[in-house]
Amino acid sequence: MAKHHVSTTVNGDQVEFLCETQQTLLDVLRDELELTGTKEGCGTGDCGACSVMLDGRLVCACLVLGVEAEGHSITTIEGVAKGNDLHPIQQQFLDDAALQCGICTPGFIVAAKALLEQNPDPTETEVRFWLAGNLCRCTGYDKIIRAVMNAAAKMREEA
Amino acid sequence: MGNEPKIFSKNFKWVGTRPVRPDGVDKVTGRAAFGADYQLPGMLAGAVLRSPHAHARIKSIDVSAARALRGVLAVVTAADFPDLPSEVSTGGEAPINFRHVSLNVIARDKVLYEGHAVAAVAATSASIAAEAAALIKVDYEVLPHVIDVLEAMRPDAPVLHADLITNGVEPAPTKASNIAARTGFTLGDTAKGFADADVIVEREFTTAAVHQGYIEPHAVIATMGADGMATIWCSSQGQFMVREFTAKLLGMEISSIRVIPAEIGGGFGGKTTVYLEPLAVALANKSGRPVKLVMSRVEVFKATGPTSGTHVKVKIGARRDGKLVAGEMVLKYQAGAFPGSPATLGGMTGFAPYDIEHASAECWDVVSNRPKCAAYRAPGAPMAAFGVESVLDELAQKLDLCPLELRLKNAAKAGTRALYGPKFPEIGYVETLLAAKAHPHWSAPLGPNQGRGIASGFWFNIGGPSSAAIHINEDGTAEVVTGNPDIGGSRASMAMMAAEVLGIDLAKVKPMIGDTGQIAYSFLTGGSRVTFATGKAVIEAAEATVTELKKRAAKLWKIEAEHVEWRDGQAWCTLADGTDRAPLSLAKIAHSAGKTGGPISGAVSINATGAGAGFGTHLCDVEVDPETGAVKVLRYTAIQDVGRAIHPAYVEGQLQGGAVQGIGWALNEEYIYDDKGRLQNAGFLDYRMPVASDLPMIDTVLVEVPNPGHPFGVRGVGEVPIVPPLAAVANAVSRAAGLRIDALPISPPRLLKAIDGARQA
Amino acid sequence: MEAIEYARPNTIDDAVRRLGAAGARVLAGGTDLLVQLRGGYTRPSVIVDIKGISELRRIEQTASGFRVGAAVAGAELGAHAAFAAQWPGVVEAFQLIGSTQIQGRASLGGNLCNASPAADSVPALIAAGARCVIAGAGGTREAAVEDIVTAPGKTTLAAGEFIVEFLFATPPAKTGDAYLRFIPRTEMDIAVVGVGVCLTLDGSGVCTAARVGLGAVAPRPLLVPAAGAALVGTTVDDAALATLAAAASAACNPIDDKRGTIEYRTKVAGVLARRAAVAALARARGQ
Repeated sequence: MAKHHVSTTVNGDQVEFLCETQQTLLDVLRDELELTGTKEGCGTGDCGACSVMLDGRLVCACLVLGVEAEGHSITTIEGVAKGNDLHPIQQQFLDDAALQCGICTPGFIVAAKALLEQNPDPTETEVRFWLAGNLCRCTGYDKIIRAVMNAAAKMREEA
Repeated sequence: MGNEPKIFSKNFKWVGTRPVRPDGVDKVTGRAAFGADYQLPGMLAGAVLRSPHAHARIKSIDVSAARALRGVLAVVTAADFPDLPSEVSTGGEAPINFRHVSLNVIARDKVLYEGHAVAAVAATSASIAAEAAALIKVDYEVLPHVIDVLEAMRPDAPVLHADLITNGVEPAPTKASNIAARTGFTLGDTAKGFADADVIVEREFTTAAVHQGYIEPHAVIATMGADGMATIWCSSQGQFMVREFTAKLLGMEISSIRVIPAEIGGGFGGKTTVYLEPLAVALANKSGRPVKLVMSRVEVFKATGPTSGTHVKVKIGARRDGKLVAGEMVLKYQAGAFPGSPATLGGMTGFAPYDIEHASAECWDVVSNRPKCAAYRAPGAPMAAFGVESVLDELAQKLDLCPLELRLKNAAKAGTRALYGPKFPEIGYVETLLAAKAHPHWSAPLGPNQGRGIASGFWFNIGGPSSAAIHINEDGTAEVVTGNPDIGGSRASMAMMAAEVLGIDLAKVKPMIGDTGQIAYSFLTGGSRVTFATGKAVIEAAEATVTELKKRAAKLWKIEAEHVEWRDGQAWCTLADGTDRAPLSLAKIAHSAGKTGGPISGAVSINATGAGAGFGTHLCDVEVDPETGAVKVLRYTAIQDVGRAIHPAYVEGQLQGGAVQGIGWALNEEYIYDDKGRLQNAGFLDYRMPVASDLPMIDTVLVEVPNPGHPFGVRGVGEVPIVPPLAAVANAVSRAAGLRIDALPISPPRLLKAIDGARQA
Repeated sequence: MEAIEYARPNTIDDAVRRLGAAGARVLAGGTDLLVQLRGGYTRPSVIVDIKGISELRRIEQTASGFRVGAAVAGAELGAHAAFAAQWPGVVEAFQLIGSTQIQGRASLGGNLCNASPAADSVPALIAAGARCVIAGAGGTREAAVEDIVTAPGKTTLAAGEFIVEFLFATPPAKTGDAYLRFIPRTEMDIAVVGVGVCLTLDGSGVCTAARVGLGAVAPRPLLVPAAGAALVGTTVDDAALATLAAAASAACNPIDDKRGTIEYRTKVAGVLARRAAVAALARARGQ
């Protein structure tokens, strides 16, 4: 069978790609669209490094087939900053040293943004449970949780 | 004061501040390129065929069907690699036998663990490569296997290597066994010491094999031209290590390989060796095309890392007043399929925080049918510390002493002789204990089913070969090139140290990591050495640059360089000859460099000595659910002598991250095998690393007792924080549950069984 | 190797037709199927994505209760205030499946049909007395949730059949449900034991009906009538809870594996049954 021809929206751009059925959205983003900011840590939905937004809902790109993207809208880490203006969560990760190696960082930022969009004033416990599907092995999570809480506070002030 | 740093005693402008890291924007926007993020034109996808058996003889390998599949361009097996003799390299942190590295990268006659690589293919797509790998027919003769360390030491155990004769035993055994080596250390006379003891506690402990758990799987892209020149892009802890190991395994000259370090997504010691790189180069050579190999998470668990599971026996004797008089340790560590466990390092570190007159350690390195262990953050030390710090806790209970006071009474200080030989120079262990005592955590009240644990830990920290080059740009900005992959923010500290010496704004200093062709040799990122050793190289390169800048200023002023002083990023003339010479900024000197002798730079290569030993003390509160055996970590504080924190936020991050890895090690992480020697939990679902909701904030206290061996007082900080947590958690659980924990992980079924057993007893 | 086909039918009939092919697999949230694909454990001839069928995506309140489409994701059901108010135990069980990311995809139908003994939502669905509507070549039929899974990976669904929706009858007043599971971490694990309890009280606080579902302690999720019976006719006092716990433990037929031991699972099933009953009781009392 020929590859599937898929038309979709990624970070606001209309894009088309070809893929095999078993290629995941993660494979497509990275290998076909060269959007390598979305990372693969496990390929089984257990680490959150491939977190993206699919029609406004947080998902693991490794658990979505590329062909399922037809007609939908996807936002990846590359779409979080507006041009060169960092999102407040991105800036807070920098200010609070909330990353060490940085491989999990795109997934955390996408997931944290999804949280703050639906809950602008989360408790520490809410942040910890929302982000429980994002593994970080470097930081012990402390500075990540603080950065999300601090970004939330700043975003509330600005709102 | 002898321990004050030698050039800048105080008034740092950048050291001790918390600027945004130079690579930060790339990492929060997804722009940073890690190992798997590179793509090259014409690139092939690779796949590795791995052993399904724990132990088997390879009778034959038939690759014809795979090779015939449309889209397959290359297949390699051990036959494509030189059969290396045993050759031990001592250039690194631990001795390396390249024959073993080679046999681990691709099995030759036998597979020694489930996941051992047997063949590799390159094809035009990942799905074709996977299909081709499945078409390779390997005829195995399955052999009896052995997983457990004590079983592997038995005389009737299946033997992995027919030529492995135990080192360090007199007389040398005549028969091969799985015991690779015995090492030992002795101080004083332990029999005499124990005879003086009022109380002796002796216990046996076990810990499970645990994986480093970096989130980025191993990844490489390699090209090989008709000229025999290979280029490798990969994620590793050392581009020079990858170059040397790959050259050795392929019989190439080092100068024929260029290694370009990608961003590294965590290593913790696990990326200090090669797995994929020689395979990728061999496939690129055979196919004439770029080849990309990326491990799946299953492959990472089955074929890389982990660190040793261990059996540790500790005996400590004390007088009634708490003075420790004697200590003995027997350590048996799993090396995995090839010799080289960190048992000796366990023996060197376990008693290091304490002044014990009579002490000994006996260390056994044992192979079994598991993946070859790799370095993991303070290799070998956490398991020995688990035993020692648990026994100290029990001693404190038996003597009715405060466990912190017991440690304080016996703490090593400057001048204390360590079991492994040297006398410590200025160290800050006592200071960490005093900081713990003063911390509100230590005196906070506890509720029912709650307990508090304290434990300490030591790591040597190392120096070693490092290179740094500073290039002054025409506009007065500076590039700082070093040869160590930045695993946790080291670019920031390199730039800060350079800015401090050059006296210019940090924003004008751009750090970069050079590839093997761009900077001279540097030993890998490991041993907590980069901020210390490579930092020292950066400081010296900056000093050389300043010397050159002063010469240039002297030329512009037409005076001798000895009359020029460097302050605040400017040359100042010290001559009082009546001539008015306004200070020359670095930018001005750079701008006119063409007139004074050309581009300005400073480059040094050093073998850094004077690494400062590191000590930490951790406090942990837990609550135990006596009905389910669940353990919740309620509060955690990590205190450490860091010498001097260049970028305190990233130093805190090291303490927090190490503590949490240790908490995972203590509570849930373990390699679980079935009766056929197959790993049962090769994924993040069932290899249970801590998630955000498992943890409280990790409080930190940075104690700064400057290291006299570094100009700014830096000590390595990355490894110490994983040493105390195993015992800190276990001691907390022991006190909460009213029983002694002697086996890790403290998984709920194990703890509930212990609680029920204690209740019945 | 044959390529895997992909189909996205818009009607139940079309889905039934596509699923009639040998080697066809249903794709709903994909959180189990894609893991199996990636691990090489399955190689379907065709993947039939049922998310394009409106009946499978709706949450509808009817005169007799709720109908919840089999492909509704956890995050969607959790956001439905009326359903969450009526069946908090079902919602908490569903939302324990995996991470926030998994919640964006995982479905009730998938959680049931994956046929894991440890599926979190299933004991809660059993306790709630939920029924499924099943479509197949012979038309649609209904079955109780506890009658679907027979063994790990095995169900009573015939080839080509799939679950369209779940039916929840409006419970009597003073009914409460709850689900508790034990995992070694606080998130991201598969249940070592899972217990769903749904109970109803009369005006005087005496339990008139109770259903207990158990997960991860037998080859399939269990309805444990003896555990429910332990509560009926009592005020759910300590004695009744002790009987319930003993009945729950007695119903266990678990295995030793990487997630827990027989001994552990058997004991903790009783502990959690008691705790879940206490939580359900509080809800039934309107606390």
